Amino acid sequence: MPDQTYRFESVAEVREGLRNVDYLSDEGIAGIVYLADRLGKPILVEGPAGTGKTQLAKSVAEMSGARLIRLQCYEGLDESKALFEWNYKKQLLRIQAERGEGNAWEQIEDDIFSDEFLLTRPLLEAITADDPVVLLIDEVDRVEVETEALLLEILSDYQVSIPELGTIVAKQIPLVFLTSNNTRELSEALKRRCLFLHVDYPDLEREKEIVLTKVPDITDSLADQVARIVRSIRQLELKKAPSVSETIDWARTLLLLGIEHVDAETAKATINILLKYQSDITKAVRELDQEHGTIQKASAGK
Amino acid sequence: MTDLHPERAAGEAMTELLAGFIQELRQAGLPVSLTENLDAMEAVKHIPLEDREAFKYALAATLVKNNTHWRAFETVFEVYFSLRGSQFRMGDGGDDALAQLLEELEQQEEMQGDGPRNGSGGGESLTPEEIAEMLYKALQRGDDALMRAVARQAVRRFAGMEPGRPVGGTYYLYRTLRNLDLDAVLEKLMNQARQDSPEALSPLEERLEHDEYQSRIDQLKKEIEGEIRRALVADRGVEAMARTLRKPLPEDVDFMHASREEMASLRKAIYPLTRKLAVRLARKRRHGRKGPLDFRNTVRHSLSYGGVPAEPKFKYPRPTKPEIFVIADISGSVASFARFTLHLVYAISGQFSKVRAFVFIDGLDEVTRLFEGIDDIAEAVHRVNTEADVVWVDGHSDYGHAFEVFWQRYGKEISSKTTVMILGDARNNYHASQAWVLKEIEKRARHLYWLNPEPKSYWDTGDSIVGEYANHCDGTFECRNLRQLEKFVDYLA
Repeated sequence: MPDQTYRFESVAEVREGLRNVDYLSDEGIAGIVYLADRLGKPILVEGPAGTGKTQLAKSVAEMSGARLIRLQCYEGLDESKALFEWNYKKQLLRIQAERGEGNAWEQIEDDIFSDEFLLTRPLLEAITADDPVVLLIDEVDRVEVETEALLLEILSDYQVSIPELGTIVAKQIPLVFLTSNNTRELSEALKRRCLFLHVDYPDLEREKEIVLTKVPDITDSLADQVARIVRSIRQLELKKAPSVSETIDWARTLLLLGIEHVDAETAKATINILLKYQSDITKAVRELDQEHGTIQKASAGK
Repeated sequence: MTDLHPERAAGEAMTELLAGFIQELRQAGLPVSLTENLDAMEAVKHIPLEDREAFKYALAATLVKNNTHWRAFETVFEVYFSLRGSQFRMGDGGDDALAQLLEELEQQEEMQGDGPRNGSGGGESLTPEEIAEMLYKALQRGDDALMRAVARQAVRRFAGMEPGRPVGGTYYLYRTLRNLDLDAVLEKLMNQARQDSPEALSPLEERLEHDEYQSRIDQLKKEIEGEIRRALVADRGVEAMARTLRKPLPEDVDFMHASREEMASLRKAIYPLTRKLAVRLARKRRHGRKGPLDFRNTVRHSLSYGGVPAEPKFKYPRPTKPEIFVIADISGSVASFARFTLHLVYAISGQFSKVRAFVFIDGLDEVTRLFEGIDDIAEAVHRVNTEADVVWVDGHSDYGHAFEVFWQRYGKEISSKTTVMILGDARNNYHASQAWVLKEIEKRARHLYWLNPEPKSYWDTGDSIVGEYANHCDGTFECRNLRQLEKFVDYLA
């Protein structure tokens, strides 16, 4: 395996760096990114949708000045889309072109299975890159269990085996992020090879800070109200709780509408930005309307 | 902090410490593999040991690969390292803040003319009133250090901990919380907030205030819990406490005795499982074998061979949609299991188009319609509990009668595509079993499964007659926790 120089000096440096690219991490996130660099291990990021899992990979790439290579997973993803593929058309052309010149078949065969005819896909590209890269394997829970196996070699040894060419070993160990929405349990083999990071909804202070960072013109008090209301809404039992990105959208909307102070009416009028299911919206509106005492009574009654 | 430095110098001590920790984790049921063990050892080399949080995250990232296991991990961590980390001697600042607050309070009282009180300030001899007052202030200000100090005082004053007494932490926690009466404090805080506000609080504002205080109270509870745990560990030692405080993993939590919190995490875990169940059943029908000879098609193809049927064609079986009938006991004896069952049924009906749900106590009612068109599970469950007509005579389980009713009303609708699942403990209150109904169902249905929430050793004791019913089922499964439910799903494949 190639020599590795570390990207980061300390956890604090990671945290600071992320802050500089407008990603507010907490102790856990920064610590694990730092560890991943030190141990040369991929990070499996898990958590509800819209909590900044993908953004983390992007931000890390930005802060370390690396190129981001992204592999979006989906059901039916296979080797030829994730790893590599032979360029059949070009191979055929080559065979036809060489046919007349009386070359031996062995030679042609050697020719057509060379780098020239190899189409690199994200995983192979990340391995063969000369410049620093961050590899993002997005929504890995969407591929079938069988396809997961495809990732194992690259995740543990940073190499790809191509039958015709042999094994291609990474020139440098890229930082690898895998994200999962946890719609299904990932295989043990995959988990074992990764560091595990669970990203949850941020707490009140952090969410407020995120809003302040991402929506520069917002006032402190409005950001505070936004964060508080979102926290309240998240406590309801909803189909889909508002994500961080939706919080930011909502804050932007309020800012555009020129609202300084959020009361129940404005909250109700703009709540469709936070919530995307009709049943959730109805429920939240009903809850926002209710006096608190009645809510308690209702929940005590159950 | 000082006691950690020699450990760092001797890497072996660290290795040993970690090995012990991992041993604890495994005993708590967490699956820690050898590679993960090695990773953890590697990871802690890069982390400054003084930083307790970072140390914890480093271990968690390498050892815990499932978020639902986090709580179990945290408990083991806190117990195992509580006497070793720096946090054990934490919070001198908290005591300072506490002393300061006490002075403040005394001054206030002097101004009110109560006269000086005999020397407090040391924090050892606080009266309950003083603690209540401090608690109130701490919550109102949301001051972390202060809350920690109050938590410590409260535990010292109220928990009544006796060295060597073999009770679990929950007992002390309960005693402390009962004395603090946090509900009343919350009410008081809300009243104060209402008064402080220049104009009347709108419902929204009130809600926000309430949530804010609630989250502070939750934090306080956590502090108290931690405080009790530390005291217990100091009293009885790490090994003994690690055993006592061990929290079952979500997949091992007994449905019948799940706390509300555990129930919530169970609910989250059900969805992936029902998905799996759906996939299993779907796969089964996809791999069906070829059907009978398709005569028309064969003759048509024979024309190209001069009328010789050289290429026989077969009918492919039409992929049948699996139908599921779930029949669930929702009587008091299985109440918490029933709640879980309803969640399960709801989740299943989201995955299959043809799920019909029935609930019974001594009468039986179909509740499929109650689940339809409702996105909110809590409401659906509530409707089942209020609207379903399940009581026939006295509201004690009568499996026999319920089955009879089922057979009369819905028996004809069971076909060879139907899988019937019965959920219940088969405690029949010595009524007639009417097991013939199950026999009939088994004849008609594709499969008949019984899931029993009782431990196997209780089966067929007392008024349980699960054995009699089991004779007619394709399978009878003990189903007390998620692990067992998962096993059942695996069995289906």
